[in-house]
Amino acid sequence: MKNIPVNIQDIPGYGMDADPENEPTYPMKNYTGDDHNRINYERSEQQPADVELLMSTERPALTAVFGTSTPPSGLSGMIRRYAFKHSEDRYRHWIPLILADRINVYEGVLGDLAHGHIPNIFAERGLKSSWKYNKKGVIKKTVVAVLVTAAIISFFRRKKR
Amino acid sequence: MLAMNYRGPYRVRAEQRPMPEIKHPEDAIVRVTRSCICGSDLHLYHGMVPDTRVGMTFGHEFTGIVEEVGPLVQKLKVGDHVLVPFNIACGKCNFCKQGLYGNCHESNPMATAVGGIFGYSHTAGGYDGGQAEYVRVPYADVGPTVIPADMDPDDAVMLTDVVPTGYQAAEMGGIKPGDTVVVFGAGPIGIMAARCAWFFGPSRVIIIDHLDYRLEFAQNYAKCEAYNFKFMKDPVEFLKKATDWYGADVCIDCVGCEAEGNTLQTFSGRVTLMQAGAATALQWAINSVKKGGIVSIVGVYGPPFNLLPIGNVVNKGITIRANQASVKRLLPRLIDHVQSGRLNPKGLITHRIPLEEISDAYNIFSSKLDNCIKTVLIPPSARS
Repeated sequence: MKNIPVNIQDIPGYGMDADPENEPTYPMKNYTGDDHNRINYERSEQQPADVELLMSTERPALTAVFGTSTPPSGLSGMIRRYAFKHSEDRYRHWIPLILADRINVYEGVLGDLAHGHIPNIFAERGLKSSWKYNKKGVIKKTVVAVLVTAAIISFFRRKKR
Repeated sequence: MLAMNYRGPYRVRAEQRPMPEIKHPEDAIVRVTRSCICGSDLHLYHGMVPDTRVGMTFGHEFTGIVEEVGPLVQKLKVGDHVLVPFNIACGKCNFCKQGLYGNCHESNPMATAVGGIFGYSHTAGGYDGGQAEYVRVPYADVGPTVIPADMDPDDAVMLTDVVPTGYQAAEMGGIKPGDTVVVFGAGPIGIMAARCAWFFGPSRVIIIDHLDYRLEFAQNYAKCEAYNFKFMKDPVEFLKKATDWYGADVCIDCVGCEAEGNTLQTFSGRVTLMQAGAATALQWAINSVKKGGIVSIVGVYGPPFNLLPIGNVVNKGITIRANQASVKRLLPRLIDHVQSGRLNPKGLITHRIPLEEISDAYNIFSSKLDNCIKTVLIPPSARS
């Protein structure tokens, strides 16, 4: 790729926000000294907790507002409850959460089936657009998948004999 | 209402879901008019962010019309067309009062390291996001900003994250007139960071990526030098040479946890998830910046940890500055830049896709199909 020289002075707004006071060793905030009052600031009214919430152990109480999307449930929920017994500093907080996320995917498929919905994995992965914009790539991936599967099957068949 | 529904890594769909409700007296319900897919949504889509639950609706970049307000909302009224910053901020805690709206202490009970963010997993508060027809917006008097009458809605939606994050990336770099700035990553944020860097008067802005179409776009949009690291023996060596063997004055990481270019980082961070994503770009930033230089980070990383050359940070005396963009603090300045024609945010948008086709929209953006830079989703109610 060839880089074309530009006259930087012609770039709209060039240099107009330059700030000699923006000294990087000083945090970019309007320091008020309120940090020393810790959490004794005026809070908004507390949102009522009408779903199960998992809270960081590094907080004394819920925040004034919070999201109520997808409360913990099932096996993944049990793992998430375990994870939230540990602080954000611990691997035993984050690793179980990742495990729960993976288990949650299978719970999602089971949930779909329980509701009479068969998930269309191809549509959910947007493969129509892959076919539209990258036919070669789709064909290549399919051929590789078929060849790998055939090789694995033939390997195990030979082993059986 | 129609909304995006996350079903697992690389699987999303649009489906009918219950309408959001006012849960707090300072809430509003907003009917979405535009919603973007952010590069950081791809970290969720790829299953990289812990506590991303199946059934959640993503989307933290959106504009919409206020449909309902809680009893304590005073500044917004039904019918206002607003742009909604991606951070959920109370405006009252010590952090908000100091302008750190991305670090609000009263919006995320699930983690203390990050404030609440719309549609960004339970690690960021468990809020459903704006890739839907309607969305609940907490602290409606704080974040949402009425879109000026003469502003294009496509420009407005870009002011909810892309523009402020790109601008703050440059601002945190403490760029001085005459500096050389290197931006890693030519995604929408990287391109915007490169464009905004010029506002601070550097002599050179260089952008590094591995996708030619994005580098070409960046070169035209941000008027910067663009280089493809795929064709370099060693990007750090290349940048040292390009800066008279001195190092860049400022390096900006706009890539985050899904970087390419280093086998060990990719294997440990993306394939096996032994670290919080591949920190290749940040490693290059630390090693390419001059002694005493500044590294600014806006790329998203997961919470556990990353492998980084921290010894070089110490030995070179590097200053690292990083944060989620403080959208509300930056909006007045950025609205002025857009209204005066100095910035053209909508110029980044390459794809406008109906919300119903969200699976394809994610795949196009994630797989970099059709020369995609930025995707905007349009809900059915905003098309009629």
